[in-house]
Amino acid sequence: MSTDAAALAGRPAAPTIKAKTSRDDRIMLGFILVICLYLLITLAFPLYAILSKSFSAFSFNLTNFEFQVDAGEGWSEPLSAAELNRQTGAYSDADLATSSDGRLSVVEFFPDFSFRSPTLYRIRQVNPQSSFLYGSERIADTEWHEYSSNDFRRIVLRPAAALGLENYRTYFSTPSLFRSIENSLWIATISTIITVSLAFGFAYALNRSQMRFKGVFRLVAMIPILVPSLLPGIALVYLFGNQGMIKGLLLGESIYGPIGIVLGSVFFTFPHALIIIATALAISDARLYEAAIALRASRWKTFWTVTLPGARYGLISAAFVVFNLVITDFGLPKVIGGQYNMLAVDIYKQVIGQQNFEMGAVVSVVLLIPALLAFTIDRIVQKKQVAQLSARSVPYEPRPNRRFDSICLGYCSLVAIFIVGLIAVCQYAALIKFWPYNLSLSLNNYNFEVMDGGGWSSYFNSIRLALYTALAGTLVVFVGAYMVEKINGFVATRSAFQFLAMMPMAIPGMVLGLAYIFFFNDPANPLNGIYGTMGILVICTVTHFYTVSHLTAVTALKQMDREFEAVAASLKQPFYRLFSRVTVPVCMPSILDISIYLFVNAMTTVSAVIFLYSPDTTLASVAVLNMDDAGDIAPAAAMGMMIFYTNVAARLIHTFVSRNLVRRTQAWRRQ
Amino acid sequence: MTINSITKSLLLTCVAALLIAGQTARAETELTVYTAVEAEDLARYAETFNKDHPDIKVKWVRDSTGIVTAKLLAEKNNPQADVIWGLAATSLLLLKSEGMLEPYKPKGVEKLDKKFVDKGAVPTWVGMDAWVAAVCFNTVEAAKHNLKPPKTWKDLLDPMYEGHLIMPNPNSSGTGFLDVSSWLQMFGKDKGGWEFMDGLHKNIARYTHSGSKPCKLAASGEIPIGISFAFRGAKSKAQGAPIDIIVPDEGVGWDMEATAIVAGTSKLEAAQTLVDWSITRKANEMYNTGYAVVAMPGVAKPVEHFPDNLLEKMIDNDFEWAANNRKAILAEWLRRYDSKSEAK
Repeated sequence: MSTDAAALAGRPAAPTIKAKTSRDDRIMLGFILVICLYLLITLAFPLYAILSKSFSAFSFNLTNFEFQVDAGEGWSEPLSAAELNRQTGAYSDADLATSSDGRLSVVEFFPDFSFRSPTLYRIRQVNPQSSFLYGSERIADTEWHEYSSNDFRRIVLRPAAALGLENYRTYFSTPSLFRSIENSLWIATISTIITVSLAFGFAYALNRSQMRFKGVFRLVAMIPILVPSLLPGIALVYLFGNQGMIKGLLLGESIYGPIGIVLGSVFFTFPHALIIIATALAISDARLYEAAIALRASRWKTFWTVTLPGARYGLISAAFVVFNLVITDFGLPKVIGGQYNMLAVDIYKQVIGQQNFEMGAVVSVVLLIPALLAFTIDRIVQKKQVAQLSARSVPYEPRPNRRFDSICLGYCSLVAIFIVGLIAVCQYAALIKFWPYNLSLSLNNYNFEVMDGGGWSSYFNSIRLALYTALAGTLVVFVGAYMVEKINGFVATRSAFQFLAMMPMAIPGMVLGLAYIFFFNDPANPLNGIYGTMGILVICTVTHFYTVSHLTAVTALKQMDREFEAVAASLKQPFYRLFSRVTVPVCMPSILDISIYLFVNAMTTVSAVIFLYSPDTTLASVAVLNMDDAGDIAPAAAMGMMIFYTNVAARLIHTFVSRNLVRRTQAWRRQ
Repeated sequence: MTINSITKSLLLTCVAALLIAGQTARAETELTVYTAVEAEDLARYAETFNKDHPDIKVKWVRDSTGIVTAKLLAEKNNPQADVIWGLAATSLLLLKSEGMLEPYKPKGVEKLDKKFVDKGAVPTWVGMDAWVAAVCFNTVEAAKHNLKPPKTWKDLLDPMYEGHLIMPNPNSSGTGFLDVSSWLQMFGKDKGGWEFMDGLHKNIARYTHSGSKPCKLAASGEIPIGISFAFRGAKSKAQGAPIDIIVPDEGVGWDMEATAIVAGTSKLEAAQTLVDWSITRKANEMYNTGYAVVAMPGVAKPVEHFPDNLLEKMIDNDFEWAANNRKAILAEWLRRYDSKSEAK
């Protein structure tokens, strides 16, 4: 670009040729701008709000408070607290940085203070920017207030808000907070290594063997997608907790902590890794294997020199996806993490436990960094992968090999038992009357009305949320993808849109949810009205899962030749007719995929909505968390299983509808 | 249309309008009430209240103490609630210090135990019932591990309890905080209390996020001893859990559920009616169904499975001290116990 400009600079300016924008293009641009605006409001602005919140520090402004003392000789000259602090050295700078809940005792400014002495004290604020408390009475005016020494010891100063780096300083000087960074990175790394290896083995067996039951294994491997990430945690408690069924297997180690988090993370990230790696393995070229055989390379050597390098981009991509899922997950470490602090749980603890929104914002920003890094590297790697495929590739067809096939079958069975086992344990636990003392079966645990979490209405709210999300989300995503894919010109707008559409993937749900509080709960925000409604949950969920849906839509649209547009234009057909008559029917399978993806995720998501649900919009997934939190673990498992069955039903309906639709709309595909 | 008919129709309209206006005036006022009272009690509370005041409708907004408090603080400049009915007094003190509560002296407040009324000239909140710390002790699991039931808090320091004890994290749980603040008040704010907790920390298996979980975990045998609150223990015991509820001899910390009017409410009159009612004898009897200690002396009847010496064991809790030192206490707790708790 710049070299061109430099080259051109010496010459006389040539008239630039600009393609004429048609009316269609202008309408499409309008659509793109609307969806851009949507993403700005639901993503960029809230993130800005969280960033600025993290810089909103609270500190005691000592110059704003003045004191007078009467020790029997009349009132002394007013002295500011800053001056007194300089004289006495009562508080260091670190003591003065605080949070919104900070209080500072004033008697420390008077070394000879005794609550028995007859001395009188006066205090006032110079400017009404902060306040002080007498006991718990808030005093915010600028009058002098007089107290006996016995009353004076009840005075505490309150902080004022200011902009600054104080919160970050506090964060990095509190070991219990910043140690979570190390913990989170460590857990994410370990889980990534285990999950990717396991998923690679599984994908390898599916793609490179002739074992039986491949279809069953494919289905089983997808189960974890259908449940909230904290459900495996609950199952692990029943398996390995102190009253666990097979607790002995842990050899005395506690499941509450890293072991539990890693086991659960492997469970819920497995299908994500499997999809990516299986795709990578499926595209490998059979000609390379023929060459390897011709060169008499051993199987082992072929594996290291052909298979692995061929799948390397898939492996790297899977690794980063898993890493990101684990480091940003909140439900699982909350349930099974015990004393092992992780970043995502810290955000929850700061906000819900201590009402320290500012520190919650700081942890969010910290959590954003590894998530963004993992995301960026993954994008770079994925771009390279495209070059791997060539038109002359021949798909690899595995040959039967009894020994190898039975090893594969055994391995996949083990993984399948792990997955099905955890789910089965949850269902079993949900039906037990009182674990472990009364093992008779009962449906008591389904009586959600008497527990925390919102009762059965939270289950129906979740279904509503999932339906709305699937409908609204699919519409927004597909229209957006279509416009940005098929519009002519407007390169800058298009790339801005692409960037916005990719961003949600890098944003952890907890961060998004907290950002929404700051942005939408601000009374000055004209959109304040949606706070606490189903609307904000739908918007948040659509935005949270925007990227994958968008990529699915773009992939489907890229398969459609741009000549359709050219033909339509030459026949003087407006783009919307083409869109509704051709594009949508052709892309129907992908559209249905997007909607089921959004539905399932809306049913299971916890992290983003935990800060946003209101008493009228409690959700099943949040209820699982809250019931577990209150110690009602069996009902939590019961609700988790309700989510599972609902998602299974949704999947079945989806399969049924897709088949029918495909038969009707995709007949052209079968030449 | 003649003048006459116009006047007639105008008149009719006026009458209709008046009728509608009268209707709405008589129709119910809806109060948005924030609460942390257990879900299963809410409908009963509203029903009993509506027997006396059918014209005021209660719209509950319920969540756990921490979340309701966070919600109220987040709405500081744009309050959504009219009344808070059933939130921890420590939380209300926090809200009070933010100037978010409307001072109001409810009718008949003098009949309540002084402990249960805000000390301000015009009280900003009034208590309902007490929520008392206790130890849930699973007799079946304890027998398996040969554990003797503890009589005092200090008994829990015995090495035989190592790994068999669980308590809520004071940073996320109100119950956890009232335990910690009561130990500091009983054993010494500067040293003794922390020394006790240092010892206790050695025996603690882990800290939970919520205050009821330790007792539920003890009830399910996941851990033999859970430091929790008596109300929860009694409920678990009623469900058939093999637990004893122990009230340590030194005394126990407590907090109360309390009621307050949110400053800035546009329905002040209805709010005041609700608060007046919330401290009546009838209301106190209603609280007594679940809670053994209520604000009006002489009302409480013993609640099944509740330890009977509870009232005398409640310490003289200094809520103001606890609220004003909360941040410092929690920071010290984090420094001592949370940073140590990485993987073993």
